[in-house]
Amino acid sequence: MRLEIKNLKFGYNSKPVLKNINMEVSPGKITAVIGPNAAGKSTLLKCIVRILKPEGSILLDGKEINNFEKESITRIVSYLSQENPARAVLSVFEVVLLGRIHSLSWKVGDDELEVVWEILKDMGIHELASRYLNELSGGQRQMVSIAQALVREPKVLLLDEPTSNLDLQRQLEILYLIRDLTVKRKITTLVTLHHLNLAARYADKLVVLNNGEVYASGKPESVLTSETVRSVYGVNARVNIDDDGIPQITPISSVRNMCLA
Amino acid sequence: MEKKADIKAKEIYDEITGRKYALLFLFAAACVLALIIDILVGPAWLSIQEVFSAIFLANSSDPTTNVIVWTIRLPTALMAIAVGAALGIAGAEMQTILDNPLASPYTLGVSAGAGFGAALAIVLGVGIVPYAGEYLVSINAFFFSLLTCLLIYFIGKARRVTAETMVLAGIALLFLFQSLLALLQYIASEEALQVIVFWLFGSLLKTTWPKLAVVAAVLIIVVPLIAKDAWKLTALKLGDEKAKSLGIDVEKLRLKAFMLISLLTAAAVCFVGTIGFIGLVGPHIARMLVGEDQRFFLPMSALGGAALLSVASIGGKVIIPGAIFPIGIVTSLIGVPFFFSLILTKRRGYW
Repeated sequence: MRLEIKNLKFGYNSKPVLKNINMEVSPGKITAVIGPNAAGKSTLLKCIVRILKPEGSILLDGKEINNFEKESITRIVSYLSQENPARAVLSVFEVVLLGRIHSLSWKVGDDELEVVWEILKDMGIHELASRYLNELSGGQRQMVSIAQALVREPKVLLLDEPTSNLDLQRQLEILYLIRDLTVKRKITTLVTLHHLNLAARYADKLVVLNNGEVYASGKPESVLTSETVRSVYGVNARVNIDDDGIPQITPISSVRNMCLA
Repeated sequence: MEKKADIKAKEIYDEITGRKYALLFLFAAACVLALIIDILVGPAWLSIQEVFSAIFLANSSDPTTNVIVWTIRLPTALMAIAVGAALGIAGAEMQTILDNPLASPYTLGVSAGAGFGAALAIVLGVGIVPYAGEYLVSINAFFFSLLTCLLIYFIGKARRVTAETMVLAGIALLFLFQSLLALLQYIASEEALQVIVFWLFGSLLKTTWPKLAVVAAVLIIVVPLIAKDAWKLTALKLGDEKAKSLGIDVEKLRLKAFMLISLLTAAAVCFVGTIGFIGLVGPHIARMLVGEDQRFFLPMSALGGAALLSVASIGGKVIIPGAIFPIGIVTSLIGVPFFFSLILTKRRGYW
């Protein structure tokens, strides 16, 4: 499904967070939203999943998202929040099963069990299935949350910082898996990422958010320039194009430090 | 999908749930056992044959035994089970929707509200419903525990319905009703004071069949309504945002569950007085044993509460032979050591 965002505005207590967002997210592609802290990345995702009620319009295949039935929209859109539910006394299997909440009755059908088990295996966390969430490390819990988002077999996947808390190998594995699923199942995937080099490597399109506005968007190699990094992040950086044609950033210094010196 | 994977998924799931079913069965058996012993034990000890023939062959047994079993033992023992279950469920759902391990009918002031209502009837003879007769105290207690819940509800609703607001409102109301109760005790006559104090201890002694029927009816109506939302309530434990993204109307769910719990609590405490401990500890025991999947957490909290109160009822009768201790006191005396032993032997962190 094609996701379009038009003239989106949102503020917390009249303090504007998103000022006028226009963007488009295509199916079968990963679009990464990058930008400094408080740029409005998470808020944007929350608006799309309707946890927040913004002004402007959000369209799915040209149809206003508010005109969908509430239940059908939660079947279409899956969202990974930054909340880490450490306190729930639930096993990994149960947490992932909750992703299927719309198909669950008191007795859980075998189909549901299989879908859950498949995703646990795909992510390599099936051995944790019967462990309780509060026995796991932060990174393992993050994996469980991602599994819960993926098990819903969404058409639109919104992931807020999926790689935070994960070690380097897991970061690469998770982004690889997300890209694989995105392409195979034609999912419209929108992720927020702090890690610019990972974003450049795995995303088909980058959207740079700064102060609640889209600063730039497009293919990684056209967006990630030392000029962008400098004016958005306030960081002097060297940008090299690696052998795969992907821009990789080497940060050098903060602009602020230079001023002080 | 490969065949092997299918089998494995089911195996893992059965392994997770199998243990929980076993524990549920164990606690259900414990409840039945406690219920039977509760009927046998008392100032006059009865044999199993006597009780059996009194219950099932009413005509052929000794009339005294008949009266003891039918008018005292049976309703009292069943009331212990019903009230224990109601308080266990109420505590479990309060802890769930408020995401707070300290939430229970007692800590949120609902019991204190009931106590104040009861005292108001005892001291001033003022009832909410006129001509209530022997039910005056209970009806007042029922009304004031519902009132407490409604206050928490509306304070929660006035701002956005977050767990924190509701918990804080509940705790404030606890203090309010406690001081109002103290005020009544201060101005009460000596006889009235004694009645209040006894009511506050919590007691099953005044149980009658109609009172039991009220509690049972509320349980039968409310529990299926809560159980219907089992998956949603489980999802609430993952956090409000996650639950919302799963399509759950979090605020509506929270308010609906709260109303149901209020009814349950009010029905439970209005007849037996303030039994504080069950609603707090029943759910904690359940959580340690079966986790927070509501399909197991809900019945386990009910069974845990019921078993605990039933055992306390037995305990109250055997501590000093011939005398019956108020159950509110015994509950904590038996429950606290049991609870500590669970905390100390379980290594996992729960809250």
